[in-house]
Amino acid sequence: MENNVASMWVYLSSSPLLHLTFTVTFFVLARNLYLKMGSPALLNPVLITVIVIVALLSWSDTPYDVYFEGAQFVHFLLGPATVALAIPLYRQISLVKRYPVALAASIVTGSLVAMISAVLIAKLGDVGEQTLISIAPKSITTPVAMGVVEQLGGLPSLTAVLVILTGIVGAAIGPWLLEKLQVTNSVAKGLDMGVAAHGLGTGRAVLMGDVAAAFAGLAMGLNALVTAVLLPVLWHVFM
Amino acid sequence: MLEAVAALLVCQLVGELIVIGLDLPLPGPLIGMAIMFLGLIIYGRVPASLDSAAKGLLDQLSLLFVPAGVGVMTHLALLGEEWIPITTSLVISTLIAIAVTGFMMQKLSARTDKKIKDAQNGE
Repeated sequence: MENNVASMWVYLSSSPLLHLTFTVTFFVLARNLYLKMGSPALLNPVLITVIVIVALLSWSDTPYDVYFEGAQFVHFLLGPATVALAIPLYRQISLVKRYPVALAASIVTGSLVAMISAVLIAKLGDVGEQTLISIAPKSITTPVAMGVVEQLGGLPSLTAVLVILTGIVGAAIGPWLLEKLQVTNSVAKGLDMGVAAHGLGTGRAVLMGDVAAAFAGLAMGLNALVTAVLLPVLWHVFM
Repeated sequence: MLEAVAALLVCQLVGELIVIGLDLPLPGPLIGMAIMFLGLIIYGRVPASLDSAAKGLLDQLSLLFVPAGVGVMTHLALLGEEWIPITTSLVISTLIAIAVTGFMMQKLSARTDKKIKDAQNGE
């Protein structure tokens, strides 16, 4: 019996199946909990799943490389999913035609303000260069942010967590701040949530109505493009 | 369904090759997204199989961030040292970005709406 348990453990710890199963199962549990509790920003399923798995791996002394051998099958799908973002973007293209100048100006400004303020504030706090790169694209959707940071020599996994935290902060405080600033127009509110807080902000904008949701989705996609192009240029010129 | 998967992969692959070939500092899948976007504009509509494949992937998009997010465990020492400036930067910068972007879009879109309305009244 003891021998069987030992051989089961040998199988589990050497097969990618265990960590693949962890990744999907913990996420499903976290997502169901999140939906059941009424979708509070702090119970973000990605954040909860990451915390649980990191705790489990640290407790069992499992290195990240071993975990990733199983998790890579999920990770690989990020590439095709990024390509698939073209479809919702295409659907919202008619919105661009009404506000071409306002959209371009607001998204480029939002992209620049988010990047530059994040880097400057972090620089004041004397963080390392890799951290600076990793925090710069924190307002854009995770797969694109990670890709940009990887190209610039930052830490994509740190970026993944920072992007999610940005989304949580934006979705939680954004609507309150917009009300204080008397931004009441649905177009502006939606666009803002998409530019500053990517997918999580877009999820929050859905609660503000169809117009806000559509502009949030559009703004999220366009900001990913704008930031991915501007960041490497700015980085090489100024840093 | 398989055509759609093939189309997504081909776009990504071409995107990756363009990035390597031209030595661009951009993620390959982003170029793939731009290629897919141009393809849709030329084609004029979203084919049903592509629509369902994309929906299947994007509905589960959050799950796909987990493996990378867990990688943060390799930077726990760095986070221990730098978590205060990182958190400060993250929160303040997000608030500034929301304030500036929302304010600007509200002003600019109101101007556009007014122009459109004036033009309609003028007719």
